[in-house]
This record gives sequence, structure tokens and C-alpha cells, in this order.
Amino acid sequence: MIDPAGVTGTATQPPPGRSAGRPRPAQPWWFLAPAFAVLIVFFLVPTLYNLIYAFTDWSSFKTAINPVGLDNFRALLGNGVLLTDLRTTVIYAALVALFQNLFGLVLALLLEADTRLNRFARVMFFIPVVMSALAVGYIFQALLKPSGALNSVLGWVVGHEVQHAWLADSWTLLYVALIHSWKWMGLAMLIYLAGLKTISVDVLEAARIDGAGAWQTFRRVRFPLLAPAVTFNVATALLGSMNSFDIVQATTGGGPAQSTEILNIFIYRTFGQGLFAQATTMSLVLLLVIALMAFPTIWLLRRREQAL
Amino acid sequence: MSTSITWRVVRPGIVVALLLGLLGVPLWLVFITSAKSRGDALSPSLALPRDGWHLAANYSEVFTEGRVWKAFFGSLSIVLPSTVLLLLLGAMAGWVLARRSGLVIAVLYAIGISGIVLPPAVITLVLLLRQLSIDGTLTGMVLVYTGIYMSTSIFFITGFIRTIPAELEEAARVDGAGPVRIFVTIILPLLRPVLATATILICLYIWNDVFYAFFVIGGRKDTLPLNLFQVASAGLYLNNWHLIFAYVVLMSLPLLVVFAVAQRRIISGITGGAVK
Repeated sequence: MIDPAGVTGTATQPPPGRSAGRPRPAQPWWFLAPAFAVLIVFFLVPTLYNLIYAFTDWSSFKTAINPVGLDNFRALLGNGVLLTDLRTTVIYAALVALFQNLFGLVLALLLEADTRLNRFARVMFFIPVVMSALAVGYIFQALLKPSGALNSVLGWVVGHEVQHAWLADSWTLLYVALIHSWKWMGLAMLIYLAGLKTISVDVLEAARIDGAGAWQTFRRVRFPLLAPAVTFNVATALLGSMNSFDIVQATTGGGPAQSTEILNIFIYRTFGQGLFAQATTMSLVLLLVIALMAFPTIWLLRRREQAL
Repeated sequence: MSTSITWRVVRPGIVVALLLGLLGVPLWLVFITSAKSRGDALSPSLALPRDGWHLAANYSEVFTEGRVWKAFFGSLSIVLPSTVLLLLLGAMAGWVLARRSGLVIAVLYAIGISGIVLPPAVITLVLLLRQLSIDGTLTGMVLVYTGIYMSTSIFFITGFIRTIPAELEEAARVDGAGPVRIFVTIILPLLRPVLATATILICLYIWNDVFYAFFVIGGRKDTLPLNLFQVASAGLYLNNWHLIFAYVVLMSLPLLVVFAVAQRRIISGITGGAVK
């Protein structure tokens, strides 16, 4: 299909009846070739490799690579890592999708009016989006340490010393998801602001004349009209958090007791240990989960868009 | 929306409180810790330095220890070629995918944007790079990023080209201009808004990425995020917060400067490209 020779061969002969002023089609097929070459070699081929090497004993300890069938899956299911990490990843993604959108929407509604302060605030809330996620992780690790800044602020508020280890309790996964949402809420805010701008003044005026209050207008008119922005934001939040690594690595490294170990942390850890086949197996699991979760979600959100 | 007086007074108050609490506190923590001595920074607090300001000492130490210049140029020599490749190849493919139609094009488009949803297979990617003997090289890293974000580029550019009418190209074609000429003189200039959006997103992803860099060039080449990780992991038991945050300031500066200069265009670029 992308064979340039074959295409130009047919294209030099204009079909009879067409004007002679059109010697070639405007967009030659070979324009696709470079992009697809990179995409195939550096994206699709590794994905296909994934399907093969997940069923071998590839590791840094042996020179030969032998097929082992489902042994990797059996091992990861047997020690419970697969299901635990999978569960952690899915919960993390759901929490991020929820909070990133909630924060973004609240900020957008709060900063909607075009005042000086609001314009300044919009730019400021975008700063975390620009920063490196690893840096964001370290900042919050420092803030949430037992001797960190949050506890000293809390101690000042309640009047006695607070020494809570936020990144080592049973709610740590939630806090890390909140940090992830903090980093990306500026992007969600921008998308919602753009969505709010597209709502015509007439619609809002009609709602006002019908006697709708601010909340009712939001609930029945503005939020439904934000559907495309919701689709974009939920989809990007889900995909971004399923592929997350930096923030979790920099805050908890997967702890405490692997309770925040999302799949990419496992992949990084086992790769470092030389257990390439196990890392590959988990990479394949991640691929399947994302495909299974993302496609229906996007489809559902799109359908909701059309229904409204 | 609300016109009540109290809300009009309360709203700016809430905005200022959120700015201070959600942004002021973390950013202040970064700056003030980067100015403290090692002992003072062990438990990072919002307080002013107790034993004097150590800005110069910390920043110069981290400059050498974190090899900031090498890392900066390492990051730059990855981001620039990747972005150029992604925009150029993405625009070429996007033009064909947007203008032609039919089943073959539909299938190619689906394959072309599959990378938006599907995660890259990092482990086998490393294996492939070894087979091509480009693992640990900047070339390998550039090609990996180009592969990973090609779908994003194709998606944005194809979507944009579909919204622009084809008359200009038609006219040029009738005048006898070849496809390369049409692409360079007509299509590329028209794509400026979407290329701006794609550039911003791609630069943000690649400049800040550390996960793929770990696998492909970790330990062999310097980039800003890789060296931040190295600085942060250097103090095994006690974190060198003063150095970590000095490094965070240094590595954030280039992007923040670009952002400060072009914030209006960046913000309108992102919203313009994302919500159609």
C-alpha cells in the first residue's frame, strides 16, 4: 500500500475524461511512508515482540531464551503481584480521573470571569503542568514527610505537634492520586474553560428567564453542554494515570508495603532486577488493561455526548 | 454567573486563598529549601533559613554534581530532533489521511492513532534497540520518542487538516504544482496553529519524561530529569533536599521562561487544538 513505485506508476496516467491539468493526485501515498515506518518499527514491532517474549524465560541471568508457555503469568498470579498491582493501577486511574476533573472543573468555574486576578490565576495554575512530574513528586514527598511542612502547618492549626506519615499510611494511594491530579488540574481547567466559552449567551439567558438559579443552570444546561470537554479530560486523565510512573516513584517508590505499586513501577523494578520476561509480561498486562478500559470508556463518553 | 454581592467579594478571596495554599506553599517550599544548609534542609519546612542563606553554594554544587549543562544540552538534543521529526512526518501523513478516503485510509488512520491509547512496550523496545545497536544512544532515544508520540501528532494534524477547505491545494494543483511543492508552500503554512499545539504538548512530554529515558539511555546519557533522579538518589539514607530543590529550580527554569514569554499563545494553542 505504501509502495511508492507502484503508486506513482498508476498516478502518472490520468483516467480518461479527466482534465489534463491534473497530472497526479495531490497527496501521494508515499507521504505516509516515513511516519508509518517509524511508527511500525519503534511502536508496533515492540508491541508484537511483547506478545512473544511474555511467554519466554528471557532474563539477564541466562544467554538462551526458551519458550515457557504461561509460566510467567502463573508465577505472577501465584504470588499475587499481578492482581494486586492491577487493582492498584485501576484504582489509581479512577481516582485521578475523578479528582483531576473535579479540580479542573471547580477551577474553571471559579476563574471563568475575565478579571485580572483570574487571568493571572489561570497562568499560575498551569505552572504544575509545565513542571517535571518527578520534581512534583519530590516536592510533595518533602511536604508530606512526618517532619514536613504540612504537618507543621497542621500542628500550628490544632495547637500541638503533628507527626503523621502521610506517605506511609493506608490512604497513601489516595494522596498520590491527589498529587497527580494537582499536577494536571491546570490542563483540565483550560479545557473546561474553553468548553464554557463555547456555550452561547442565548442559552444561558433563556435559562435565566425561565427562572433557573446558578446551580440549576449549571446542572441542567452548562454541565451537559460541557460533554466534549468531559470526554477529552476523562480520557486523557485515564490514559495519563495508567501510564504514570514519575510521581509514584518520586513520592513512595511503590510503598508502603507495595500498596502504591502501579504496573509501571513493577516493570521498572523487575527490569532493574534483570527479570526481563516478567517485566514484559506485566507490560503486556498493562497493554491489555488499557485497551480493555480505555476503548469502552471513550465509546461511552462519546455516546453520552451525542445523547445530550 | 452569580450576581449576588457577597459572591462577588468572596470569589476573589477564594481565588487568592487557593493560589497561596495550592501553589504558593509548594513553590515557596522549593525555593526556600534550596537556600538552606544541608542540616537545616533535612526536615524541609516553610521557615526562613536558620543558619544563613546558601543559595550560591547549593546551586553551584548541584551545577557540577548534577552536570546541569550536559543534561540541558542532552535534553535539548533529544527534544529538538524528535519534535521536528514528529511535526514533519506527522504533517505529511496527516495530509494524506485527511484528504483521501476509503477503507484503506480508515484502517491506516486507525493504526496511525493507535499509539494514543496503547502504551509503548518499553521492555521489548529496549531489546529492539539492542538488535539495531542503537540502545543507549541519542539517536535511539529520538526514534523511540518519535514512535511513541507519532500517533498524537497524526491525530491532531489530521483533525486540523479536515477542517480546512481543499480549494487552495486544488488551485495549485491545476496550476501544475507538484505534491512536494504544494505541501511545503501551501499546507505547512496553513498548519501553523495545530503545529504550535502539537509542539507544546510534545515538548512538555519529552522534556519531562524520565520513564522511557530510564530504559533507553539511563546511566549512559545525561538529561535533566535523569540527573534529577540521580541527585535525589545520591543521599541514600538522608535526602539532600537542599540540592534536590536547587536542581528542581534549575531544571524548571527553561520551560518556565518559555512559558512566561509565550503563555498567551501556549494557552490558546492548547485549548484551540484540543476542543474542536
